[in-house]
Amino acid sequence: MNILNPLKQDLGGQLFLAILVVAMLLVPALNLMLPEGNPFHISTYAITLLGKYLAFALLAIAVDLAWGYLGILSLGHGAFFALGGYAMGMYLMRQIGERGVYGDPLLPDFMVFLNWDALPWFWHGFDMFWFALLMVMLAPGLLAFVFGWLAFRSRVTGVYLSIITQALTYALMLAFFRNEMGFGGNNGLTDFKDIVGFNLQDDTTRIGLFVASALMLGAGYIACRAIIVSRLGRVAVAIRDAEDRTRFVGYRVEYVKLAIFTFSAVLAGIAGALYVPQVGIINPGEFSPLNSIEIVIWVAVGGRATLYGAAAGAIMVNYGKSYFTAALPEVWLFALGALFVLVTLFLPRGVIGLLKRGGSKA
Amino acid sequence: MNSLDNLRGVMRRDRVFDFMLKKTGLEVDLSHGTILYLENVTVSFDGFKAINDLNLYLDAGELRCIIGPNGAGKTTMMDIITGKTRPDRGSAFFGQNIDLLHLSEPEIAQAGIGRKFQKPTVFEFHTLFENLELSMAGDKRVWPTFRARLDGQQQDRIDDVLEIIGLQEDRKRYAGSLSHGQKQWLEIGMLLMQNPKLLLVDEPVAGMTHQEMERTAELLTSLAGEHTVVVVEHDMDFVRSIARKVTVLHQGSVLAEGSMDQVQNDPRVVEVYLGQ
Repeated sequence: MNILNPLKQDLGGQLFLAILVVAMLLVPALNLMLPEGNPFHISTYAITLLGKYLAFALLAIAVDLAWGYLGILSLGHGAFFALGGYAMGMYLMRQIGERGVYGDPLLPDFMVFLNWDALPWFWHGFDMFWFALLMVMLAPGLLAFVFGWLAFRSRVTGVYLSIITQALTYALMLAFFRNEMGFGGNNGLTDFKDIVGFNLQDDTTRIGLFVASALMLGAGYIACRAIIVSRLGRVAVAIRDAEDRTRFVGYRVEYVKLAIFTFSAVLAGIAGALYVPQVGIINPGEFSPLNSIEIVIWVAVGGRATLYGAAAGAIMVNYGKSYFTAALPEVWLFALGALFVLVTLFLPRGVIGLLKRGGSKA
Repeated sequence: MNSLDNLRGVMRRDRVFDFMLKKTGLEVDLSHGTILYLENVTVSFDGFKAINDLNLYLDAGELRCIIGPNGAGKTTMMDIITGKTRPDRGSAFFGQNIDLLHLSEPEIAQAGIGRKFQKPTVFEFHTLFENLELSMAGDKRVWPTFRARLDGQQQDRIDDVLEIIGLQEDRKRYAGSLSHGQKQWLEIGMLLMQNPKLLLVDEPVAGMTHQEMERTAELLTSLAGEHTVVVVEHDMDFVRSIARKVTVLHQGSVLAEGSMDQVQNDPRVVEVYLGQ
């Protein structure tokens, strides 16, 4: 089967991926080939910012898969994102080695500071990149699987489900704030030096991370599309619209939900792992319920149940956030709230819905 | 008393050691000509007995109408048969061999019982064709569903069903854009795709025009024979037009059973229902 098959009849998706490919080639070229004075030069700082947006876009796609197509409004996807981020952060911590402030060859700085004399068992293996990558997917996936198994089997749906996802991420935030948990407490993990041997401060490493984010975003998009165009995707939409009917037609609704929800959590974890090396820190604040709600706003602004709309929404809102928090920091939260209200009232299908309507009229 | 019942369950001569048989994936056994046994079924909600010691038997291939005033337990009875509600007491067997009380809703659907809801429920954001595709009998586990592709035979089957329900012109339309009556037919079509042995149809003509009602009557009578059809309906004219055998429910148990004429002339029925 051709891996691009899922993109047939998905004009928006083709356009989205085309833009992504162009950006993936053009942005590094504009950074490397043009001198700094040139008006078209893209600074390394901007590249890292863009790479961060792409990681957020992947996270938004993951949320859209669960919300737009399966009808599960998760207000806790930030938890899966943060878990993926922590798994990557633990790898980056182990890479610091003797270059830490205390110079301990094995223990990260915060453990030395807490007078620990040995590495906790769950930190073993994170010196290997492949193991960390495995954990990036396994940790959020496992949490989503166990959580989903309990919730979907008891047929918790709608608002109640949203509330417990919110409680889940809040509980994790409180847990990760504790020093005894062994994840750096409220300071989190930071002061990273390098990733698979490349210095994180180097321009080329940053470009590499940007390209990796773009690639993963594209791959994640195609994977989600593959699910949506399959019969499983149609069953998901059927569950969203008429759950009882789907059950009486003979589908195990809870298993379908579990499979897609877990997949979505894994994608969110990968997004977190791409995010952490680019921003250089992961702390329990990422588990904050507010973050998870913000993701939902990105998806709503972009347009639900289109995938590319969610990605576009994530990029737009975050661009606005970067701009506002620099220019008018006190306005940002109000702007975000107003945005959500306006979109819900006037653009129920988001910006993409608006464009589509305009397109069909013309 | 309970343990005595259990003992009797084990000792029944036609089902020796049936607890050792597997519970799912069975082909329904219709060797005795009866497709559904509901025996001594009781369900209560907060002390209110929605179903009270109900006994009901359905012959394979018959078309049975079930009538009764509001709150007689018609929908609750369907809930029990399809696994949505578990009875406090009693037994429910599908054919000779399938104990419905041990199966989940999807398992019961797979075993061959299809159900149309009171309010027509179709997948509104799918086309008619997709609605039928999703309802098709087959392996409905997650991975096989992901990998599933339609073959020619299955497409023909979908087209056949579209023709049976008279909506072949609309195969590419979204189900949400159908009229109320057309949704009812589509839902019946979705049941047919499951190749069910037993069809439970809850209020199929609610909100239909007279013409649509006639077509529905034709459709349901044509399905009887190959399938067993149970129709729950309020509309007496409609029941009269299709009924061969009618069961009257009242306060959760069977009040009368027989042809429409017999039932209508039964003084008890007249008192509780028709005479009002």
